Amino acid sequence: MSFIPHFSVHQVFIAPWTTDISSYGWIMLMTFLVGAACGLVGNYLILRRMALMGDAISHSVLPGIVVAFLVTGSRGTVPMFAGAVAAAVLTTVLIEVIHRHSVIKQDAAIGIAFSSLFALGVILIAVFADTVDLDQDCVLNGELPLIAVSPPMTLAGMTLGPPAVVRMGCVLFFSCGLILLFYKELLLSSFDPALASAMGLRSGWIHQLLMIWLSITVVSAFEAVGSILVIAMLILPGATAALISDRLVVRLGWSLVHAALSAVLGLHLSIGLDCSPSGAAVVAGSFLFGVAWVFGPQDGLVSRWWSRKEGRTETLV
Amino acid sequence: MIPLTSSSARQFLGIGGLFVGLNSLTTTLCAARIGDITETVWQAQALRFLTLADPSVRFAVLGTVLLGIVCGLLGGFLVVRRMSLVGDALSHAVLPGVALGFLWNMEKDPVAIFIGATVAGLLGTGLVHLITRTTRLKEDAALGMILAGFFGAGLCLMSMFQRLPTGNKTGIDKFLFGQASAIGAEDIRLMTVVTVLVLGLICVGYKEFLLVSFDPGFSKVCALPTRWLQHGLMLLLTFSVVIALQAVGAVLVSAMLITPAATAYLLTDRMHRMLIYGTLIGMLSGVTGAFLSFLGTHLPTGPFMVLSASGFFVVAFFFAPNRGVIPRWWMARSQRIRIVRENTLKAVYQILENEEFRRESVSLRELAERRRLTFDEVFREVRSLISVNFATAVDDSVALTPSGWQRAASIVRNHRLWELYLTHAVQMAPDHVHDDAEKIEHVLGEDAVRQLERRLEFADRDPHGRPIPAVQAIHGHPNGSREKRVTGYGKSS
Repeated sequence: MSFIPHFSVHQVFIAPWTTDISSYGWIMLMTFLVGAACGLVGNYLILRRMALMGDAISHSVLPGIVVAFLVTGSRGTVPMFAGAVAAAVLTTVLIEVIHRHSVIKQDAAIGIAFSSLFALGVILIAVFADTVDLDQDCVLNGELPLIAVSPPMTLAGMTLGPPAVVRMGCVLFFSCGLILLFYKELLLSSFDPALASAMGLRSGWIHQLLMIWLSITVVSAFEAVGSILVIAMLILPGATAALISDRLVVRLGWSLVHAALSAVLGLHLSIGLDCSPSGAAVVAGSFLFGVAWVFGPQDGLVSRWWSRKEGRTETLV
Repeated sequence: MIPLTSSSARQFLGIGGLFVGLNSLTTTLCAARIGDITETVWQAQALRFLTLADPSVRFAVLGTVLLGIVCGLLGGFLVVRRMSLVGDALSHAVLPGVALGFLWNMEKDPVAIFIGATVAGLLGTGLVHLITRTTRLKEDAALGMILAGFFGAGLCLMSMFQRLPTGNKTGIDKFLFGQASAIGAEDIRLMTVVTVLVLGLICVGYKEFLLVSFDPGFSKVCALPTRWLQHGLMLLLTFSVVIALQAVGAVLVSAMLITPAATAYLLTDRMHRMLIYGTLIGMLSGVTGAFLSFLGTHLPTGPFMVLSASGFFVVAFFFAPNRGVIPRWWMARSQRIRIVRENTLKAVYQILENEEFRRESVSLRELAERRRLTFDEVFREVRSLISVNFATAVDDSVALTPSGWQRAASIVRNHRLWELYLTHAVQMAPDHVHDDAEKIEHVLGEDAVRQLERRLEFADRDPHGRPIPAVQAIHGHPNGSREKRVTGYGKSS
């Protein structure tokens, strides 16, 4: 078995859409749902320059999940959610406390808070290894391939699909609803917090709402796909979209496109190289960002080079 | 990792499959070089560690000490420049380089890994720089992207290794969460070289690095190669991340850069002291982490090191002299108490002054009216005065002791001097100066008062026409020795 597996067009490009659609379809759908849900909230994070809060929170939900499991002894969705959201809130509080009550700046505070919590989570897993049934590496990589084989969830006699996919679909639906309902408020408080406060919006509340929204998204995605895909998808779709457009609606649209494309490309890449699907989706997403960086309409390297050249000819003339 | 989740794991599908049977994990995790341990009694393990009995323990201790030194030292530069999260991005970005280093000859070759990781780290930080410069994206987004993108690529490569028949034996999985016991003699040699290099460069170029970190503009003016120094610092930083990688793990290296340095930042203001403290704390947390992870069998080292560093941080956060939460709370509390006492003394003084010091004592009722407080509150204030010997009370009348008189006079004096200063030197209207003086009277030191006296030519009337009391030796009564009055700390009139 060599490092780079033998390449066959049929296996890499055709089979996933035909014979193996029943398993790969779910993986693709899950990756898309994760990318879309994270990308939507990620757009706001990027606008508010809080991109690394997503990173911090997706690391620090780990001890929350482990503690919730140790306390309740069940892998039910509700205790996991409660634990993870509590850990996320704890992270933001810790960052605030360190930042407010000492000379430590916010960046260092973020670094200290999330790394401590993450380390605590890993240690809890290692110490209670016999009871927790959690795997350190799955925390990073997730177990996307197992999604398709997990028993499907049924609701009122209808077979809906793997529970993780259903849950992620709900989160995406919830995110879309939140954006439709509070589009104006979120937009204003992201772009001009001062004006938002002057107009009577509670920016503190909106911030908290965003944090809870973020942690719900992170938690439900993280359980299935691992933290690295979550962190990447919180930033990559939004960042790619930011290079394409100035308008928030358009950006939200493009981030959905980015999520879909990186799900498809990532799957093909992971089959082609026989590597971790989460990692492959991240690589595909980064590649798409690179494309937007080079060919983007405004900030794109090509268009910058072009306009510089134009400028030079004009001055010559 | 895919092999970790094989066989029995497949039946264990909890939520989306994150929960995986551990039986396969345990076998991989103990396959460290220390894997020949059979005893798991923690006392025996502790003894083994403390006596440095066998070479793997010695290597682990030496390795963690070295990485603690390098990370603590260089982290200082990150923390003061608000670049902590650059360390985070850097530590994730080295992962694909580690994997490619493995690919070089399919085994753990420290030098190949070192080179690969350094190249990947530098590429990552270079890309962050390029993205922030050429696009509208801010640094946080660029850092996050590079962090996730590189790490994702690294995970892909690593999962491809795991597939290979030799993949599991290489110990590449140790690079994610760290295993100090996997450090070998060759690693130690490399770490020593890097540590000596970093220490030497920082010692030789301390002044230059300091200037570049705190004031790049000025360092350019001084004709220092600012750009190169910054790149050099970045290179050293990458080195430190790479040598720490094996013991701490890629996910948590950044914490070893940030936390010890931030702890040192809480302890001192001076950069050189901060670097020294950071080095010491880094070393201590390294060894503590290694020790703790030795107590059990399958415990990864990195998280323990990070948690020990966080422990030091928490202690410093609460107890650091001057900057800790508790000393600052205590100082604020004693200051608050002092201010209340001084206000009470002032009120007593003013009541007596209004009656031209014909009496020796004031009643609690008068004091309560003057302070606009309830009887109980005034009672408590007076008790606090009595507890420090500023006053005595008989029934419900309060008299000041000599030291109380002195303090009262000096507070009133500060107040009135400041009012005079504001009206004369700053040209403020006399009816606007009271509130300012009310605050500053408690914080004017002896030096400031002397300067005010000289500046105001030892005036003895405030802008409202009331006398500015003398400070010294007013035994019982400010009116007593009116003629031979001492006007201030220095000069007698």
